[in-house]
Amino acid sequence: MDTKVIKSKFPIFKNKINGKPLIYLDSANSSQKPKTVIDRISKFYSKEFSNIGRSVHSLAVTATNRFEETRDLVKKFINAKSTEEIIFTKNATEAINLVASTYGEKFINKGDEILITELEHHANYVPWHFIRQRKGAIIKFAQCNEKGEVDIDEIKKLISNKTKIIAITHLSNVTGAIMPVKKIVDLANKKKIPVLVDGCQGAPHLKIDMQELGCDFYAISCHKMYGPTGVGVLYAKKKWLDVLPPYQGGGGMIEEVKKDQITFPGSPTKYEAGTLQTAEVVGFSESLKFIQDIGIKNIMQHEKEILEYGLNEIKKNNSVRVIGDPKDRGSIISFTIKGIHPHDIATILDEDGVAIRAGHHCCQILHEKMGIAASARASLGVYNSKSDIDALSHAIKKCNKVFNT
Amino acid sequence: MNIKELYQEIVLDHGKNPRNKNKCVGFNKDAKGHNPLCGDKVHVYLKLDNNKKVEDISFEGEGCAISMASASIMTETIKGKEFNVAKKILEHFLNMLKEGSKLGINSLSEDENTTMMSLSGVKRFPMRVKCATLAWHTFIHAAEDKNETVNTEK
Repeated sequence: MDTKVIKSKFPIFKNKINGKPLIYLDSANSSQKPKTVIDRISKFYSKEFSNIGRSVHSLAVTATNRFEETRDLVKKFINAKSTEEIIFTKNATEAINLVASTYGEKFINKGDEILITELEHHANYVPWHFIRQRKGAIIKFAQCNEKGEVDIDEIKKLISNKTKIIAITHLSNVTGAIMPVKKIVDLANKKKIPVLVDGCQGAPHLKIDMQELGCDFYAISCHKMYGPTGVGVLYAKKKWLDVLPPYQGGGGMIEEVKKDQITFPGSPTKYEAGTLQTAEVVGFSESLKFIQDIGIKNIMQHEKEILEYGLNEIKKNNSVRVIGDPKDRGSIISFTIKGIHPHDIATILDEDGVAIRAGHHCCQILHEKMGIAASARASLGVYNSKSDIDALSHAIKKCNKVFNT
Repeated sequence: MNIKELYQEIVLDHGKNPRNKNKCVGFNKDAKGHNPLCGDKVHVYLKLDNNKKVEDISFEGEGCAISMASASIMTETIKGKEFNVAKKILEHFLNMLKEGSKLGINSLSEDENTTMMSLSGVKRFPMRVKCATLAWHTFIHAAEDKNETVNTEK
């Protein structure tokens, strides 16, 4: 894959950071945006904008069509059965909150169990914590092993007759572990337990086919998929959307409103209250096209190659400890350097234009498990090349030099 | 801009070998500080005498080189000073970090001034100012008997 060509599609790479070319290794946090996405938003506001789904004038029709075309694109991209199963949210966090809140309200009661893992991002723990508080439910954590992965047997062990939902990440944003979602779904199906997948890191880097995965809910973060901020997608099987209550109330999500009674339409309308992030959703259509043009298989192969090269290169430095060693790993290298705090690492790397993240990456439970307060994380996108990894290795050596380690 | 301006020798030395990093004997005040964004944590122990003089001060905690060095330098600088003087020193320190003003505090020796000045590079790294000030704000909380944990995000 010619990353020079790919980088040329992203205007941000024309900028210098501290006088150096930008080496962007923070895509797990948020990816950069291709020009087509940026231009699409601008074009939408310049030529097609109106609020959607309400007025009958020409612009409203155009805007509504562009918005719904994107929904259809998402449906095809993830191989959902119908557009009714695609709900636009403000982010993946809201998508998970939507499920926790509505499913939790209807189906989770005192003493019921919610099964998550120690790998989860706070976005797939805190919403369930609220349900734990509200309903007196119990959250069980499937343990991650020293390789930073969760064994399927660990999940199997914790499933009980009280388990009401299993909520798991697709790809850990710290260890890069790819969860065996299909196997977990098969396991859960036998007990009729729905499975929610936090697909924030999965969707940009893996093939996501809802029919193949078979999960009940899948949360997507569009800004990590080369798309605009402010957009998330919740995929949910229609059978759930038919029975779950609405999430937020307001305009756009009602059928008929009387003083003593309100009725609601079906999905997705029922779950999309208020004016949505219209331009960003339309912009996201270009992100999907960008991914499709390259092909997810090519992206996966390319990122695997860079990941393996990166792990290999970074491990050559004896002061570096890579967090986790999962068998099935994607796009993420978290690490620590002996004697240097991750924040100091990030600052020193930034001097060389190398952008990484430092901290607990919204995974305090996992960091505690690993016995560290924080880590540095280099995460890949389709635009990263081996020379980016070389720049990272070089900058890490600079950390050693500054700190004399 | 050179990274060495931030990580000056004095800062690295204090970061790697923090002074007074323990629970000092006979402390009569203490407070905790936390930066939830990056996870830096400090716990400041303080022995104030009846005249509000800092008889002893120490800290425990974990965090980046800047936060640890700043905590270490703080304990060295304000030990033996009146609380009001210590507060003035903090004011100058904050001005140095935020406004870039030169440090020149009469109540400090030349060496103490130099040591404090070693943190002046933080000014150019706005994201790191909170690292440098966490221990100091926690010290004020301890001295003023404020119970709640210092939280850089509140």
